[in-house]
Amino acid sequence: MNKFNEAKVLLEVRDLKTYFKTDNGILKAVDGVSFTVHEGETVGLVGESGCGKSVTNLSIMRLVPSPPGKIVGGEVVYRGTDIMKLSEKELRNIRGNKISMIFQDPMTSLNPYLRISTQMIETIRLHQDMTKQEARERAIHMLKLVGIPSAETKIDCYPHQFSGGMRQRVMIAMALSCNADLLIADEPTTALDVTIQAQILELIKRISAELKTAVILITHDLGVVAGMCDKVCVMYAGRIVESADTDELYANPLHPYTRGLIASVPKMDGNREERLFSIEGQPPNVIDLPPCCPFHPRCDRTCEVCRHAYPPVKKTGNDHYVACWLNCSEEEIQEAMKGGAN
Amino acid sequence: MENKELILSVKDLRQHFPIDGGGLLKKTVGYVRAVDGISFDVYKGETVGIVGESGCGKSTTVRSIAQLYKPTTGQILFHGVDLCTADRDTLLRQRRNIQMIFQDPYASLDPRMTVRNIILEPLRIYNRRGLLEKKYTEEELDERVKDLMEKVGINKAFINRYPHEFSGGQRQRIGIARALALNPEIILADEPVSALDVSIQAQILNLISDIQKEMGVTFIFIAHDLGVIQHISHRVIVMYLGKIMEISSSDELYSNPLHPYTQALLSAAPIPDPKLERGRKRIVLEGDVPSPDKERHCCYFYDRCAKRMDKCSKCVPPMFDCGKDHKVACFLYDDHPVAEEASDKPTEGELKLKAKQERKHRNK
Repeated sequence: MNKFNEAKVLLEVRDLKTYFKTDNGILKAVDGVSFTVHEGETVGLVGESGCGKSVTNLSIMRLVPSPPGKIVGGEVVYRGTDIMKLSEKELRNIRGNKISMIFQDPMTSLNPYLRISTQMIETIRLHQDMTKQEARERAIHMLKLVGIPSAETKIDCYPHQFSGGMRQRVMIAMALSCNADLLIADEPTTALDVTIQAQILELIKRISAELKTAVILITHDLGVVAGMCDKVCVMYAGRIVESADTDELYANPLHPYTRGLIASVPKMDGNREERLFSIEGQPPNVIDLPPCCPFHPRCDRTCEVCRHAYPPVKKTGNDHYVACWLNCSEEEIQEAMKGGAN
Repeated sequence: MENKELILSVKDLRQHFPIDGGGLLKKTVGYVRAVDGISFDVYKGETVGIVGESGCGKSTTVRSIAQLYKPTTGQILFHGVDLCTADRDTLLRQRRNIQMIFQDPYASLDPRMTVRNIILEPLRIYNRRGLLEKKYTEEELDERVKDLMEKVGINKAFINRYPHEFSGGQRQRIGIARALALNPEIILADEPVSALDVSIQAQILNLISDIQKEMGVTFIFIAHDLGVIQHISHRVIVMYLGKIMEISSSDELYSNPLHPYTQALLSAAPIPDPKLERGRKRIVLEGDVPSPDKERHCCYFYDRCAKRMDKCSKCVPPMFDCGKDHKVACFLYDDHPVAEEASDKPTEGELKLKAKQERKHRNK
């Protein structure tokens, strides 16, 4: 199904846990997340705000502010090396060089005091052995690649002289200027209008195909995921509740949360008279979550076992993983009920 | 809809904001033409959706209707009364029937007021002046607040809580309760669901349509999400750079978009279905929305349009009537009868500014 299954594994996240210490208790922002990214693949991380999408990716780059945050467990294996065990210096060779990031708000991620050229040349020279002139040429080349008109003169502009869409292009150019294998895009189009969003998404798609860059796309927009991603992971309360190939996930969502999420998006061909499907209630507070399925208070198919234990991740079909008791066998449920009672 | 009752009519509304050139005297050096000559009607009981990119004047339009800004020129007729020229007293009476819901549920509720006081405030103001049906006592008003809370789905027991104790979706419900407090005829909803997550967004959209069915309130609903607009509105207005590009019934607009901008907008909106999404052809517009601070004597969409013609650069297209209540401002449809003439006359302030600049130029 997925053409990337044969490709080499680029990044493997195993049981990643990132907790934050707060006055009210331990906030388990990411609580056991595992997924893999193959070379050239685009993986989407979807979920509502506060579900731990962004923290997952900050953890991959070890950018979680500490304190209060702490990566308490798990491995992030990039081409065979565990990023969690690297020294700060070794990490710097990967961060921004092999794995780079673009953020939601392009205005706050560019320095308003420095020219685009200064910022780009700094990045390039930090990671690659180049003279200033070479780095500048490289920067201009990258700006042209992302479709900035008259890049030779525009490179000496300040960020405020660009519009939102243009700034996001500059961010992409900067992120890819060191031949990154993996681009982490954290809600890259949320701050942009639909027509500009379409431009930026087309650009990311084109560039990742041209440069064979793998992309982790974090978003809350299920429409964006449908068009961009090869594989999707749906997150809820710090865990991945379902992951599958995009086509498979949309055609056959197994977890009630995924199903609800897809159903609650107003579709443009929808019937207006119909009520939208809505998931009742609010996303849970991830501080002191009880050891049960975090979705059970909002779920329309709760059963007894959901209140007792967290469902194991089950493989159903081709590369389709889901964490829901509905997909478990009777024996497993009995087992969990006993465990919960003790 | 048969026998539609016209309740609001906007005629050639313009809202220009002066740009000051800095310095001590704050001389006006130009105008941002946020809304630049738009006309539309709103009928009782319907939902009119306004859609467009940021900076196209959606919010300014509804704020002008609520008289939060004094429009530069134009008329806003609410039941035949022009709100722009109405005196304070009339305005106070009329405003009771026009309420707003704002985008950001965090900024639109006063953090120092309890839910009771937030919802009570409009009632108190009108009760004190004796503008409600009768004088209510405090207890009766309290009862009313509790009813409203129940109606929007907030537990009555939370009446003494402060906004920070609620989540975004619940705060938006409080905002809706406040807007409903005076039984308005029309509610102007300025991106009420843009700041919310999908699952919460669906709850709020359902709440709004329930309220409409129950109370017959008319809505003007702004959103930049085309799916949301399609779901909630009966008629849709597409705006670009302060101008209306297309007005039509919602079904007609989505099945048969006429204006090149609408077509591009619809094709740019991602569809949450991988097969459809990958298969379709997308019109990607070039460039960004231009700055609205210039006077334009051409089609406002000219710079980015893929189907531009010579004619488009020469004058502003009027609204052409393409039948079925479908009006579009594009010369591609100029074989249809003209519904409204376009007027691009400069406003008084601009004329003054121009005269001043000319004088300066001559003196040099």
